[in-house]
Amino acid sequence: MSTAVRTRASTVFRSTRVRLGILSALALVAIALYLTTDLPRAWEYALALRWRTVAGMVIAASAVGVSTVLFQTITANRILTPGIMGFDSVFLAIQVITAFVIGPAILVAAPPLVSWGIELVLMAGTVTLLYWWLFVRRRLDLHVIVLAGLVLGVLFRSVTAFLQRLLDPDTFAIVQNLVFASFTSIDRELLLPAGIVVAVAIASLWPLRRSLDVLSLGESTAISLGVDHRRVVLHVIIAVSAMVAASTALVGPVTFLGLLVANLAYGAVGHRHLRSVPAAIAIGTLALVGGQLILDRVLGFATELPVVIEFVGGLFFIILILTGRAR
Amino acid sequence: MILIDDVVKTHGTLVAVDDVTMQLGTGVTAIIGPNGAGKSTLLAAIGRLVGTDAGVITVDGMDVATTRSREIARRLAILRQDNHLAIRLSVEELVGYGRFPHGGTGRTADDRVHVDGAIDLLDLDGMRARFLDELSGGQRQRAFVAMAVAQDTDHLLLDEPLNNLDPRHAVGLMKLLRRLADERDMTIVVVMHDINVASQYADDVVAMRDGRVVHHGPVADVITAHNLTELYETPARVDEIAGRRVVLWE
Repeated sequence: MSTAVRTRASTVFRSTRVRLGILSALALVAIALYLTTDLPRAWEYALALRWRTVAGMVIAASAVGVSTVLFQTITANRILTPGIMGFDSVFLAIQVITAFVIGPAILVAAPPLVSWGIELVLMAGTVTLLYWWLFVRRRLDLHVIVLAGLVLGVLFRSVTAFLQRLLDPDTFAIVQNLVFASFTSIDRELLLPAGIVVAVAIASLWPLRRSLDVLSLGESTAISLGVDHRRVVLHVIIAVSAMVAASTALVGPVTFLGLLVANLAYGAVGHRHLRSVPAAIAIGTLALVGGQLILDRVLGFATELPVVIEFVGGLFFIILILTGRAR
Repeated sequence: MILIDDVVKTHGTLVAVDDVTMQLGTGVTAIIGPNGAGKSTLLAAIGRLVGTDAGVITVDGMDVATTRSREIARRLAILRQDNHLAIRLSVEELVGYGRFPHGGTGRTADDRVHVDGAIDLLDLDGMRARFLDELSGGQRQRAFVAMAVAQDTDHLLLDEPLNNLDPRHAVGLMKLLRRLADERDMTIVVVMHDINVASQYADDVVAMRDGRVVHHGPVADVITAHNLTELYETPARVDEIAGRRVVLWE
């Protein structure tokens, strides 16, 4: 009797839909805890601030989770992420170059929506062109692309570091602010546009979900099965660039999260995009909101959010590998 | 019916396929030739995996370069040499993907018929729930062939499919290709190195060298000591054993 119940319970738990439901519920619980625990007496203002932080984290989590899963799909690889491929460093370089060229006065004086929009277009445009050229025009082999990504990442980081040294202290302070992800000082005006960009990018991929499943079998198998490889890859590159750019321009670089989130999502619900994409969003949200929760309420801001997330996430990852789930 | 007309494919300065014109009809055609002869490139070009620099390739009258990929995928399946997967799939899931060109998910009743049929044909029944990364190279190879069979096309292109297979499964696969050609009137093109296997199971043989087709015809016409000696620049002897042509390298 008890064995039957246990077997049934484990069958239910093995269903990817149930697991996705559990992950989403956990993410919602984390959001609820973050919003409601430890509220001061004058709770209206604090709650409004927290909503803004949570919204920014959900946008960033969606962008980084979905973009990593998709990026790994088009490269048929489970280690490459937009972060490893230098998206972040391109974005930082663009922000620093912008600050350097047009000066901090304009950067600060311009309406946030305008400077965010300009950054978004520059970042998404540069990355789309760069990776379109690498992946599709030159048809480089995966190892060369990885190498190119690493070298480009170093190049852009060096340019950033060099330019930062040339900046005057005021501009440097402004730029330094952009270099680290921050969820507690999000501009309210930008939340909606960033959310729309990310939502539209994700929605545009919905009709492609089955082609994406096939694409993760590798390029030649996907073409043999009738996927229009060039078109789908271009679509994904544009969507990924737009998503990551919108999120980076909003809260700063967050791609450190990608590798962990994507692989935890595969471990939990497998590789079908209908499941893995929502799972990546849920896990990303759980990681960011949960991490911030621990940071705020337990550690008292003693460290940085990435440290918390990578510590806890790394533990989960090791457990997944040891129990043989994440392969 | 595959028509290849004046096809040229270059990699930089190297001419991989040099002005090839031929016609491949129903039955099993084996493409043989030394390394670097352009066999795999030609096969990939027919399967629209690589573009051509000149010439036209049509499958059932459809130009592979301009027809919608999905449309081609209902008529032609191609399997390459390395089938490494980055994701974890069971044999059944992989074979189910063969139904994608037909709009199937692998789960409808019609899809099930094709998937079960393919799994049965490739002798994979005992391992349908196993994950591909838990299988041997040969078993994985057969799973990929099963996917191509489930794709239910009239044309099947295989690039060195015998590579990882032991004699039992190599013979099994060649017999299967024979059956598909005879019973379903399929056009099957196989790049292979084992000339004895080619002579036993193929109808026609295409011999390539330096990107050109040097011989194309029935086994008896192409597999001769003179042709093979010239093709591989290695002295060859061709004898008949039990009514089959067998090549011995000197």
